[in-house]
Amino acid sequence: MKSLVQIENIGMSFETKKGPFIALRDINLQIREGEVVSLIGHSGCGKSTLLNLIAGLTLPTDGALICGGREIAGPGPERAVVFQNHSLLPWLTCFENVYLGVERVFGTKESKSKLKARTLAAIEMVHMAHAADKHPGEISGGMKQRIGIARAFAMEPKILLMDEPFGALDALTRAALQDELIGVMGKTGATVVMVTHDVDEAVLLSDRVVMLTNGPSATIGEILEVNLAKPRNRLALANDAEFIRCRAAILEFLYQKQVKKAA
Amino acid sequence: MTASSMAISLSNTPSPKSASGKTSKKSDNMSTTAPAPATPAAAPAARKPSEVREFASRLAKALLPPLIGFALLIGIWAIVSMKNKGIPTPEVVWKAAIVLFSDPFYSNGPNDQGIGWNILSSLKRVAIGFGFAAAIGIPMGFLLGRFQFLNKALDPIISLLRPVSPLAWLPIGLLVFKRADPAATWTIFICSIWPMILNTAQGVQRVPQDYMNVARVLNLSEWKIITKILFPSVLPYMLTGIRLSIGTAWLVIVAAEMLTGGVGIGFWVWDEWNNLKVENIIIAIFVIGIVGLTLEQALISIAKRFSYDSNS
Repeated sequence: MKSLVQIENIGMSFETKKGPFIALRDINLQIREGEVVSLIGHSGCGKSTLLNLIAGLTLPTDGALICGGREIAGPGPERAVVFQNHSLLPWLTCFENVYLGVERVFGTKESKSKLKARTLAAIEMVHMAHAADKHPGEISGGMKQRIGIARAFAMEPKILLMDEPFGALDALTRAALQDELIGVMGKTGATVVMVTHDVDEAVLLSDRVVMLTNGPSATIGEILEVNLAKPRNRLALANDAEFIRCRAAILEFLYQKQVKKAA
Repeated sequence: MTASSMAISLSNTPSPKSASGKTSKKSDNMSTTAPAPATPAAAPAARKPSEVREFASRLAKALLPPLIGFALLIGIWAIVSMKNKGIPTPEVVWKAAIVLFSDPFYSNGPNDQGIGWNILSSLKRVAIGFGFAAAIGIPMGFLLGRFQFLNKALDPIISLLRPVSPLAWLPIGLLVFKRADPAATWTIFICSIWPMILNTAQGVQRVPQDYMNVARVLNLSEWKIITKILFPSVLPYMLTGIRLSIGTAWLVIVAAEMLTGGVGIGFWVWDEWNNLKVENIIIAIFVIGIVGLTLEQALISIAKRFSYDSNS
C-alpha cells in the first residue's frame, strides 16, 4: 500500500516558565493509505499532541510531516478531525453542522441539491437521519459523536483523525459506536489515525497500534501489527488467539515496560 | 458579565404583577399604572374543579408576597404623607394619575405636552443614542476581542473613560451639537457604548477554542467564521451588553433631560417640581420604573431565545 503520511523525526517542545518542555522527540512513522492506526499510551504521553501535529493544528518544533507529498503547514479539510467532545456548533442543527463541512469541500464544484444529498447520506451512514433537524442540545452524547463522525466522513478526507472519539461515552454506547465505526470504515476504506487509551478499542479497530513511551519527551516505544481479518466482530474476537495476543502485548507494554508512576 | 450571572438575573426577575389582585383597595393604585398584563383567570374555566383550586392556590402563592410588599410600601407612604403635608397621599396621587392618563397625548406647545409624548420622546432619544452606540460599539468590541494589539491599545482609554458619569459629557455635546436635544442623545451614546464594547469583546475572547478548531479544520472562510461561529457564540454576551446599556441609558436620560429641557420624562419631572405638583413627580417615578422594567424584561426574553448551552 502507498504511504499517505510520513512523519519524519518529529520533535515538539513547548515554552514554559520553567524553560522548554519537550513533549515528543524522534517520532518516525509512515501511515499507509487505507490503514487504521491507533496511538496508545498513558495520559500525558503526547498522543493528542501527535494527532494535533498531523491535523496541522500545531506545528512541530523539529522535523517535518508530509501528507500526500506536501508538507503539513496547517489544518485542512483533507485531514478531518473528530474531536473528543464532538464540538458540534450548538446553534446549528445536525444537518447544518455536517453541511458546513460539505459546503466547504464540495461547494465550488457541486450544486446545492448534490451537497444536501451528500450531507444526508453521511447522516444516514451513522443512522441519525431521524435527528437531522434537531439541535445538538436535543440529542444524547453518543448521538452527537455520531454526527461528529458523519461531519468528518462527509468531507471525504484523505485521512480521518480521531482524538479519543469515544472517551466521553459510557461503555455500552462506546461499543455501539465502535461497531458503527467498523461499518463505516469498511464501507469507505478510510485511512484513520485514532488516539485512545482503551486497549480493546485499539485492537478491535486498528491494523497497527503505535505505543508511546511515557512523557515528557515521549517517543514511539513499539508498533504492534494486528493481523485480524476485517470486518471484525467483537463477539467472535473475544476468544480469538490473535486478539488475545495483541491485547496482552499492549497491556504488557503499558503496565510493565511503561509503568506510570501513581499520579 | 458572564453567562452564569446572566442566568441569575434571569431567575430573579419578578413575575409580572397581575392586575387581577383586587384584594386590597390600595394596591389598585399600583396595578392601574402598570401596562395591565392579560389575566390568566379566564383560562382554567373549562378545567376540573380540583385543577382550578390548585391553580388558584398557586396563583395566590405567587401573588401574595408581592402584593404584601406593595401594600406595605403604600402603607408607609400613607403614614409619611400624613405626617408631612408636603408629600401627597396615595389617594391624591391616584386621582392625579387618572387625570393624567385620561389624556396622555395632548399637546399645547413644546412646554406643555401629555405624559405619553414625554415618555415617547425620552424613548426616542434613548433609541437613537443607543442605536449609534450599538452601531459603533459592537463592531469595535469584535475588533478588540479579535486583535490583542487593539485591545491593549484601547483598554486603558476605556478603563479611564468608563467610570466617568455620562452627564460630564453633556457640555461637550452642547458644544459640538449647539442644541440641547442631540446633546442629550450624545450622553446616551456615551453611557451605552462602554458595556457594548466590553461585553462584545469579552464574548469574542471567550469563543470556545473547540469551535475555533472546527473552523480551522474545516478551513472556513473569514466570512463563514464570523457568521457561523463568532456571531452566534458572541450573541449572548452582546445581548448582556445591550441590556446593561439600555438600563444605564434609561437611568441617564432622566438626568440629562432635567439639564437640557425640552420634551421628555426627565424634563417633565423637573417642570412638575417647578409647578410644585409633587403628586405628578411620584407618578413619574412609577412610570420611569415601569418603562425601565419593561425594557429590561423585553431584552431578557430576547436573550433567553438566543442562549445556547454550549456544554450540552
